[in-house]
Amino acid sequence: MRESHGGLWGGRGTLLAAIPMLAIVTVPLIALASASSPSDIVAGARHPLFAPALWLSARTTVASLAVIVLAGTPLAWWLARSSGRGARAAALLVDLPVVIPPAVMGIALLQTFGPHGLLGPALASLGIRLPFTTAAVVAAQVVVSAPFYIQGAAAAFRRVDEDLLIVARTLGQSPAGAFFRVAVPLALPGMVAGAALSWARALGEFGATLFFAGNFTGSTQTMPLAIYTALESDTRVAVALALVLAAASVLLLVPLRTLPSLLSRRLHRPPRSPQVPAQPK
Amino acid sequence: MRWHARIRARAGSFDLDAAVAGDGAPVVLIGPNGSGKTTLLRVVSGGHPPLAGHICVGNHVLYDSDGGVCLAPEERRIGYVPQGYGLFPHLSVLENVAFGLAAARAGRSRVQRRTAAAALLQEIDCGHLAERLPATLSGGEKQRVALVRALLSEPDLLLLDEPLAALDAATRRDMRGYLARHLAARGKPALVVTHDVRDVHALEAPAVYAMEEGVVVQSGSPADLAAHPASEFVREFFRSA
Repeated sequence: MRESHGGLWGGRGTLLAAIPMLAIVTVPLIALASASSPSDIVAGARHPLFAPALWLSARTTVASLAVIVLAGTPLAWWLARSSGRGARAAALLVDLPVVIPPAVMGIALLQTFGPHGLLGPALASLGIRLPFTTAAVVAAQVVVSAPFYIQGAAAAFRRVDEDLLIVARTLGQSPAGAFFRVAVPLALPGMVAGAALSWARALGEFGATLFFAGNFTGSTQTMPLAIYTALESDTRVAVALALVLAAASVLLLVPLRTLPSLLSRRLHRPPRSPQVPAQPK
Repeated sequence: MRWHARIRARAGSFDLDAAVAGDGAPVVLIGPNGSGKTTLLRVVSGGHPPLAGHICVGNHVLYDSDGGVCLAPEERRIGYVPQGYGLFPHLSVLENVAFGLAAARAGRSRVQRRTAAAALLQEIDCGHLAERLPATLSGGEKQRVALVRALLSEPDLLLLDEPLAALDAATRRDMRGYLARHLAARGKPALVVTHDVRDVHALEAPAVYAMEEGVVVQSGSPADLAAHPASEFVREFFRSA
């Protein structure tokens, strides 16, 4: 019985139609993995660009993720719990960085924080100069990757049953108590999935970083920019750097895929059968 | 203890404009799906903002649009058991009950609350369920745990939204008796939403309110409504006995 393996639509025709896209996604990665030998990777890892870029990428993505979760969670909660026109407009605005090319976001950041930008002169008078610093790297990552967390968290918050929150309040919880003791635990799988997507997006951030933060070894040259720089001198180094970045991303993908379902499995365990009838006293 | 709720509120596609009142005996709210019964309970609990009105339990004013009073849900002394029971799916049965104790016995330690919750579960013959998650309970077990949790804080007014709807026939019969005995022993106000005329009789409710499209189309004793139904829905409801 074919149905028992893949259901009504799991037949050979469906599989054949699915293969081209699967190949388009996987073949470049296979090519990358087979392009360099282990000695090439070791050589790439010893390249002077490698260690500073890896360390910078690690630091900046952790910092941008912290900013995104701290500032994005209240926004996601508001988006999920409001149904007014303002909330819908805000949801649209939050999504903008997803559809706007990162390079454009880089220019927009320069227009905001640059010496002649909207906020640049005011910040400069306070002695703060953002463009072409490590902080600019974090800012670029935050702007470009925040929507992924906010969308994921807002969708998870929307699935939290309104009645559970009311019950928590009638049982004596303050708004903050109901949020932290009921809403957050229930939305956690979606929040974690969104945070992991955000982090992966920040790790790969290139365009906005290049335009707004530049490409300086040790202060603004993250892994993707180091690959770009290495490509100009030595393709093998670029490939080795790319492989390390790909490996890091894959390591991120595994918890990204498994953690949310592990977390939610605890909540949605199937009911025990047979049912135990209620026994009134 | 007398209570009343006169409220106007927005409820999806229509406006809710209803007045219900009662005393120590359970009051029953009936009406077709989407007639605003759940919205009414949420407004009374403080979970849904009304446009205007007055809600009062005993001499405790919960909401008064003229006087500018609008208490938060945690200040209303209301017990609310929503459809589907409202047990927190991420907490064990014991933790769910202890959650309710947090309000009733503020200042006690977590260990003391857990001990008290375990004792309460023993009282309702649910001690063996303490470490289970709500998703693994039967409907009747969920209902008993939700009810005991809601009653822990000794609310002045208890709101039950279709407490027996999701149960199979045999469990429903048992739970109906259990609920009726509990509410009668409590002797405090309760507002119960139901689709089953047998619940009206079992709870010995002196007053029934029938809602349709956000307004109360008829109220009175069950005998009155059965004898002189004001709408097709009320006629059908009492005919199903």
